[in-house]
Amino acid sequence: MRRFLMMGAALTALLMPLTAKAADPIKLGVLEDQSGDFALATIGKVHGIQLATDEINKAGGIDGRQIELVIYDTQSDNTRFQEFMRRVLQKDKVDVVFAGFSSASREAYRPIVDQLGGFAFYNNQYEGGVCDAHMIVTGAVPEQQFSTLIPWMMEKFGKNVYTIAADYNFGQISAEWVRNIVKAQGGKMVGEEFIPLGVSQFASTIQNIQKAKPDILITLLVGTAQSSYYEQAAAANLHIPMGSSVNVGQAYEHKRFKPPSLANMYVTTNWIEEVDDPKSKEFVAKWHKMFPNEPYINQEAENSYLAVYMYKEMVERAKGSTKRDDLRKIIAQGDVCVDAPEGHVCLDPKSQHMSHTIYLAKVNDDHSISFPKVWKDIKPYWLGEAGCDLTKKNPNAQYTPSNPPPKG
Amino acid sequence: MVDAVVGFLYQFGDAAAFLILAASGLAIIFGMMGVINLAHGEFIMAGAYTTVSVAKLGVPLPLAIGCGALVAGLIGIVLERLVIRHLYRRPLDTIVATWGVSLIASQGTLILLGPSLSDISTPLGSVQIGDLSYSVYRFVLMGTAAAILLALYLLFTFTRFGVLARATIQVPHMAEALGVNTRLIYSLTFGIGAALAGATGGLYAPTMTLVPTMGSQFITEAFVTVVTGGGDVFLGTAPAGVMLGFIRAAITSWEGQLAGQIGLLVAVIIVIRILPRGISGLILRERA
Repeated sequence: MRRFLMMGAALTALLMPLTAKAADPIKLGVLEDQSGDFALATIGKVHGIQLATDEINKAGGIDGRQIELVIYDTQSDNTRFQEFMRRVLQKDKVDVVFAGFSSASREAYRPIVDQLGGFAFYNNQYEGGVCDAHMIVTGAVPEQQFSTLIPWMMEKFGKNVYTIAADYNFGQISAEWVRNIVKAQGGKMVGEEFIPLGVSQFASTIQNIQKAKPDILITLLVGTAQSSYYEQAAAANLHIPMGSSVNVGQAYEHKRFKPPSLANMYVTTNWIEEVDDPKSKEFVAKWHKMFPNEPYINQEAENSYLAVYMYKEMVERAKGSTKRDDLRKIIAQGDVCVDAPEGHVCLDPKSQHMSHTIYLAKVNDDHSISFPKVWKDIKPYWLGEAGCDLTKKNPNAQYTPSNPPPKG
Repeated sequence: MVDAVVGFLYQFGDAAAFLILAASGLAIIFGMMGVINLAHGEFIMAGAYTTVSVAKLGVPLPLAIGCGALVAGLIGIVLERLVIRHLYRRPLDTIVATWGVSLIASQGTLILLGPSLSDISTPLGSVQIGDLSYSVYRFVLMGTAAAILLALYLLFTFTRFGVLARATIQVPHMAEALGVNTRLIYSLTFGIGAALAGATGGLYAPTMTLVPTMGSQFITEAFVTVVTGGGDVFLGTAPAGVMLGFIRAAITSWEGQLAGQIGLLVAVIIVIRILPRGISGLILRERA
């Protein structure tokens, strides 16, 4: 009898891994810059993931399993992204990775995710165009931010548009979007200038803008050197209405810069701390309870927070499976949606990008924010219409309006 | 026409002032003393941070900039005593030492003060000339650049300290034999260079975003100007700043910012190919 019991125990021990599997935690890798150049905008992304994880774990986890976070500080360094991406996929064996702020870091790790068969969320606003079955994008893309912003500004201020943009792929591709939308709306580009990233002195740019007399100035400047533009333009008494897809929503310049250097700027963002509705306020309150020292909750923080819930929704509908192919079958059904602080959002099965509520944030003279307009449910239409269909094929590529995916 | 002329002169003055101010401290530390100071940008950052912090307490901006220069100068003197002093005969080693100092300073600031310091706005408003409007403060920067050059010229040419400093740097053992306290002179000269960098940081602080790495926005321009100028502060840095400012403004207004940057660097390559000792080398040889 005793022997039988022992054998039974041994047998149970052998079978343990199988039966206990359901209770094993789901491992979620987090690769974000907690130090270095981008830390200002990305520490909130880690906190958003921690807040969502905390809430989900307290409510019983995903399909009964707790979430375990594996967090690495990528130090705003692209080689760290590659290093840690290999590590979380091969050594830590995470089920899913949430990673990256700059497009350069995303493009640095994307081939590794593809190669190792991982599954990654990019929870960031970016220049658009990534058609890759291994990626889900929860940030906003140009067609969502510019197709709303530019027609609205042209109607209100006039049809002559000037763009100043950072001279690398984000600025170039975003400027192309601006150009196309201005043209489609019957407006005119009166100038376009690309500025190297390290430039901090803008006398000539300011003069060029003054000479061209635009009604609207689209600023796609990036990084701390280029953000000196706003103070210098204000000092030269340049008060042209500005539109942007990057300011305020990411690096909260309206909080950091002295008023009124950012006055009369209009930004389309899918969420920021000032959004004034009950659900959003509840989110802000929860956040500040967990992270009382956070200076600002930006859009990427919300994108990261809702991404955890999006993942939960997918895994639960796949009956607890975290396998990428199972999850993609769920995405292909076209109705993976969550109620986020910004509102109801859904994943587009063709591009694996997300629909958004787009808020038009206006920076007032005292740098307070008001919202003249809100667009609900703006779809990431471009990739799908252009020919990216991840339910059918997987090109693993990034496309631009002038280099669209092949049709058919 | 008026717009084009005034506009260009303003751009040229702005570019030249930036180059001269960025380079003024380095012209002494690198041009005169031969210390390849990669921490120059961090002196500028220290000056900017001090200026903004003091100005926020309600101190008038010119006085705050003075504080910025003073703090950077003191840091410079301390650094000279602790590190640089031991490396005067090993110029290449100063690269490693000052690079290390620069990393420690910028990352240390990041840890202590966070990724960004909120800024102060540019004073003095703007002026309308023809169709274009200009920031008045930029004219102040141009004037200050000229004033600093003049002050340096007077200091090193007509004062006792200037004579002792030049003697110490040219033939140190001879100066020492004649009873000059060369250690003190080295220390003070380095401190003046650092203080000028701090003043530059303070002057540009109201126009820029303050981050721990802001010094890097100055350092390339500073080295380029000093190398083009050669060893002499007044005969080198000033004409180099004016010339490179002109080239940059002309190419930028013709073909844009990227071309302006490239044009600047190409001009420098050409100048040091023709004049290995810089502009001051040419002028001094002609006079001799």
